[in-house]
Amino acid sequence: MSERMVELEVLRYNPETDQEPRFQRYSVPCREEWVVLDALNHVKENLDATLSYRWSCHMAVCGSCGMMIDREPKLACKTFLRDYQGVIRVEPLRHFPIERDLVTVIDDFMAKLSRVKPYLIPKDEKALEAGEYRQTPAQLKRFKQYSMCMNCMLCYAACPEYGLLPEYIGPAAIALAHRWNQDSRDAGRDERQEALAAKEGAWECSFVGACSEVCPEHVDPAGAIQQVKIRSTVDWYLEHLMPWLKK
Amino acid sequence: MTKSNKPIVWGPFAAGGTLTAFLTPALIALTLLAGLGQVPEALSYEHLHAFAAHWVGKAALVVVIGLSLWSAAHRLRITCYDLGVRADAAVATIVYAGALAGTGAAVLYLLRI
Repeated sequence: MSERMVELEVLRYNPETDQEPRFQRYSVPCREEWVVLDALNHVKENLDATLSYRWSCHMAVCGSCGMMIDREPKLACKTFLRDYQGVIRVEPLRHFPIERDLVTVIDDFMAKLSRVKPYLIPKDEKALEAGEYRQTPAQLKRFKQYSMCMNCMLCYAACPEYGLLPEYIGPAAIALAHRWNQDSRDAGRDERQEALAAKEGAWECSFVGACSEVCPEHVDPAGAIQQVKIRSTVDWYLEHLMPWLKK
Repeated sequence: MTKSNKPIVWGPFAAGGTLTAFLTPALIALTLLAGLGQVPEALSYEHLHAFAAHWVGKAALVVVIGLSLWSAAHRLRITCYDLGVRADAAVATIVYAGALAGTGAAVLYLLRI
């Protein structure tokens, strides 16, 4: 098994004791197949037990280990060390306050996510005995891609609009709202429009598209946002030009 | 939260963007053909003049020109914003006024045909 030394430059910050963040270097003996998360785990276990970062599944499913790796938002468990040369800079996700080292405060995203009601809002609640809500493969296909979002927040770290205007509801929240709007079992679009059609909703997006580029699950939030804009535009024209249609 | 009125400006932008995405490559190809002296009979001066003389042709030209200009204006506004020009109201006024002036000029020229 081939091993090589990799230099990590990791941002360290404890808001309770430190004046400002600083970088700390670690030399890690790495194997060919290691990802950045393996190197961080090696640091934690052998070099410096005080290093803090989030992780859980180590297989790009849980979405906890999002961080800036050489200034790009990445999942640490999906980023191979062999793809990097020289010192690898590891920082917490951009645009989020730091809780400790690589751990960010995600309250803002959680609040926004709950505002778009990302869950099934059926037209009529069905009794349990009435059986499942059934769907055809074509109906499933309309939203499946957007359901792959695992809330890793890489898209928020990549989005320049979110960096400029923290009120912007952001890519993942809109993609997940769109996921339920596209679901044939759901009837909650009007309720979600409150957050989506607002100025801080989909309209803050200027279609930079960075969210879709960094998404590890190929959700394509930018596409979802544009579709939300089209439907909100149709809504707006119907509401203002044909108000008698309103239920 | 109140709903945004952005759809007023975004609707024509999206329509114009879709239109130009299809028309621009066709226009470039036709211009190149014309440059090579290969003007198809249907696109000869007499044919196009007759097209622009009919009211349906005029309407089609105004829609295409107006939406394309509006789309370009809106894209310019967003680009300015992304580049850090935060005087959005002023930028919007200038670019949209430009698009409307261009559309108005097209209407005037078409009415004189």
